[in-house]
Amino acid sequence: MRIILFIIRKEFRQIFRNKAMLPIIFIIPMIQLLILSNAATFEIQNINIVVVDDDNTVTSHRLISKLEGSPYFNLQEVLNNRQNGLKKLDKGQTNMVLEIPLYFEKNITNHIPVKLQLSADAIDGVKAGLGSGYIQSIVSEFGNALIQVSGQTTAIGGVRISYSYWYNENLDYKTFMVPGILVLLITMIGSFLSGMNIVREKEIGTIEQLNVTPIKKHQFIIGKLFPFIVIGIFELSFGLALARIIFHTPFIGSFWLIIAFALVYMLVVLGIGLLISTITDTQQQAMFISWFFMVIFILMSGLFTPIENMPLWAQKITLFNPIRYFIEVMRMVMLKGAGFQEIKYHFLIVGGYGVALLSLATWRYRKTT
Amino acid sequence: MSEAVIQVENLTKKFGDFYAVKNIDFEVERGEVFGFLGANGAGKTTVMKMLCGLITPTSGKAMVAGFNVFGQQNEIKKNIGYMSQRFSLYEDLTVIENITFYGGIYGLTNAEIKERAYRLIEMHGLGEVKNQLLASLPLGWKQKLAFSVALIHRPQIVFLDEPTGGVDPITRRQFWESIYEAAHSGITLFVTTHYMDEAEYCDRISMMVDGEIKGLGTPTELKQLHHAKNMDEVFVNLARKKEFIE
Amino acid sequence: MNRFIAFVKKEFLHILRDKQTLLIMFGLPVVQVVLFGFAITTEIKDASISILDLSRDHVTRKISNKILSTGYFKLDTYLDHEGEIEQAFKEGKVKEVIVFGRNFATEFESGNARVQLIVDATDPNTGTTLINYTSAIILDFIRGEYPEAGMFRPVALETRMWYNPELKSVYYFIPGVITIILMIVSTMLTSISLTREKELGTMEVLLASPMKPAQVIIAKVVPYMILSFINAVIILIMGKTIFGLPLEGSLALLLGETLLFILVALSLGVLISTHAATQQVALMISLFALMLPTILLSGFIFPVENMPLILQLIANVIPAKWFVIILKDIMLKGSDITDIWKETLVLVLFCLVFIAASVKNYKVRLE
Repeated sequence: MRIILFIIRKEFRQIFRNKAMLPIIFIIPMIQLLILSNAATFEIQNINIVVVDDDNTVTSHRLISKLEGSPYFNLQEVLNNRQNGLKKLDKGQTNMVLEIPLYFEKNITNHIPVKLQLSADAIDGVKAGLGSGYIQSIVSEFGNALIQVSGQTTAIGGVRISYSYWYNENLDYKTFMVPGILVLLITMIGSFLSGMNIVREKEIGTIEQLNVTPIKKHQFIIGKLFPFIVIGIFELSFGLALARIIFHTPFIGSFWLIIAFALVYMLVVLGIGLLISTITDTQQQAMFISWFFMVIFILMSGLFTPIENMPLWAQKITLFNPIRYFIEVMRMVMLKGAGFQEIKYHFLIVGGYGVALLSLATWRYRKTT
Repeated sequence: MSEAVIQVENLTKKFGDFYAVKNIDFEVERGEVFGFLGANGAGKTTVMKMLCGLITPTSGKAMVAGFNVFGQQNEIKKNIGYMSQRFSLYEDLTVIENITFYGGIYGLTNAEIKERAYRLIEMHGLGEVKNQLLASLPLGWKQKLAFSVALIHRPQIVFLDEPTGGVDPITRRQFWESIYEAAHSGITLFVTTHYMDEAEYCDRISMMVDGEIKGLGTPTELKQLHHAKNMDEVFVNLARKKEFIE
Repeated sequence: MNRFIAFVKKEFLHILRDKQTLLIMFGLPVVQVVLFGFAITTEIKDASISILDLSRDHVTRKISNKILSTGYFKLDTYLDHEGEIEQAFKEGKVKEVIVFGRNFATEFESGNARVQLIVDATDPNTGTTLINYTSAIILDFIRGEYPEAGMFRPVALETRMWYNPELKSVYYFIPGVITIILMIVSTMLTSISLTREKELGTMEVLLASPMKPAQVIIAKVVPYMILSFINAVIILIMGKTIFGLPLEGSLALLLGETLLFILVALSLGVLISTHAATQQVALMISLFALMLPTILLSGFIFPVENMPLILQLIANVIPAKWFVIILKDIMLKGSDITDIWKETLVLVLFCLVFIAASVKNYKVRLE
């Protein structure tokens, strides 16, 4: 036990003395959180739209002002020529073109149904899908209002549909992303830094001096990894505070439950770092390998796109992805207030994963060749 | 003076098909300064690493400080000190921090660490730099420190792998004085080197050529045997013999 | 010239013998294309829903069946009372709860039936999309039941999805994947390889040889250029054969623009190597100053126009942004050079600036 303490003390000294490490640990994560949460977003707002108004009447203007008032759209221009509108779409200068046909007002007053044409640039499918959905609801609302004004019944089918958006009423994308990004941060810190740290001792040869001492494998590994657990947990708490202060991310569940889960999760991350260090000899190799797997892990984690949308085989792969579990737990606990009962399987799986990985890495770690 | 602390019989290490070390035999007695000589790539470092428990031998027998290199490596490690060819202490820690760290690793109490650190710093004249980062010290000082660290837990045997590589003659001289001082206190020293003049300082030496021991004895014995004025000639003689055979 | 070819050959051998470089060069593209093509999709499919049916009559049953038969949704559970909704969401699997009001069938006749759609909006896009889909299905059902109801809709919307009618996300991602891979192979690997020569001191030896410095650099860069190009072609073929990615515009133009972008990326790699003293530094610069901004700000995955203004401005100095636009335009819209000459010009400018800066740095170093 005393021996482990000596190693931990040495590690902390080295970390705090390394001028390159301090920014990596404290400043870069902050910047990443700020930039990622602003940049890594599928938030659909300010969809550029051009209206081709062939009618040019009070009613058509009223519809246009509805569009203008919507937070989802950025009305760029009102044209009176269809071809010009489509050309803009073709050149990528706008995302959508809405056409209001001639006799729009006249037909409505005469109770003749009219059709609006919406042309969307669908290369970005999400944007096109959501955007046309928003227009649809604006148009429906507009239509319903017309019926009420003209005194007709609202029996447009007989059903009133009401919507509730739970856990994120304002549909704030940052509320969705920030918990996931925090997971990313401590994953990177844990696996990159711990892996690189051990490989560095190999590369500069200091590990040899340690290997001739009677120090036991587990003492070395615990001593090496413990500081990163401390840094990881610190980083997470710090990130949670920032999320709270800057992004007003809700935190409904228990802070300590998150910390408890993070502790278990760190076992997995550090296991990965240690495993990488046992199969590489230089820091560069360690970087390449961790980078390669990190890209796959992140893409398959449900951070950006829902796992349920993936094909079944891909969903099965994500079951082996530790990042996936922590992101789920973060979102469940922070945003929905889930308690231990709801995430007990997550604990079990990640805990098992951690023990397995650490045992494998410890077994692979060799003092003697 | 006749108690063997290192006994090696038929020790062999193969890397794939290549014999790095082939059937070597020798003994080292307590308190000796044993020189282990050979050209680069002759297998010196491999032998040393096997004796320190860093590499497992392919076959043969070896006992170090009364423990077997097969299976008792950890017991061996408690009783030996080691100074690597490559400087391998922490450049980003101070002199005193390095000593304290290794003292802790070897399981010494805080009082022991304090007392021994003080003595080692005195002995090697490290007092004025004890709070400096290693990165800022010249190589000679670093090597003195590496030697101190190898002695911190009062080992029976200290292995020194090319301890004086790359330092000036005066520092080398001083370093050998420290080695003798350690030997006087009953520690056995196992030193590899390729400086033939240093061989003269040793009590006994062995000469390795291509993984095999070709000469073993006191410097005087070897010189007489090969009708040589100095160790250089002995070495050239042994290496030539190999060329003739081939 | 012979000397030059021999040198290029040597470089090829270096690359092909290094397993890690090969993994990054050919493993990563394939993995990324497969992941982006199959796994990373924003299309809704089999979303878990729960239904709280307070009426349990023939109309609600019909609507439920209709919703569940579309393929967008799959039933998790039928709930019994409102108290269970919270729990269903907390367990994390259920994304939407559909609540049918009491006496649905009778109210339906009089036009007052109520449906409430509650979504888990932690992921706002999924939440919104689910609501859009569900309401569309319900409205569609009503129109089927009461064809005359449609008569009362004074305004209808007809939507046409251009360039990507099925809203496949792979169309959106593949051009981005090509760009990223070209960046990695051309910029990152080139800068590391050049820096390695510097670090090992072998660069000095090469510069002391009768070859001109420019020749040395070009010879080092040529293999990466060829490999990058092969890579781009592989990804294009994969996109075409596996995902049915269209190529509306001219293939020659596409390949030409690709070569131009490779030149930009290579010159950037050379520029980094003139700055970096060690491989470690080159790697760090490539990863953090280059790859991250490229992935985030090129519009590769995330639409740039929704970002804060400052990030949008930064995005303009990222070459990848312009290349992604060019690729999408040629492949999906069938644009020709008259449509994309501006973007092309920007890339040419980048290329010239990088080369000029490298030459300047290089001279400074030699003096």
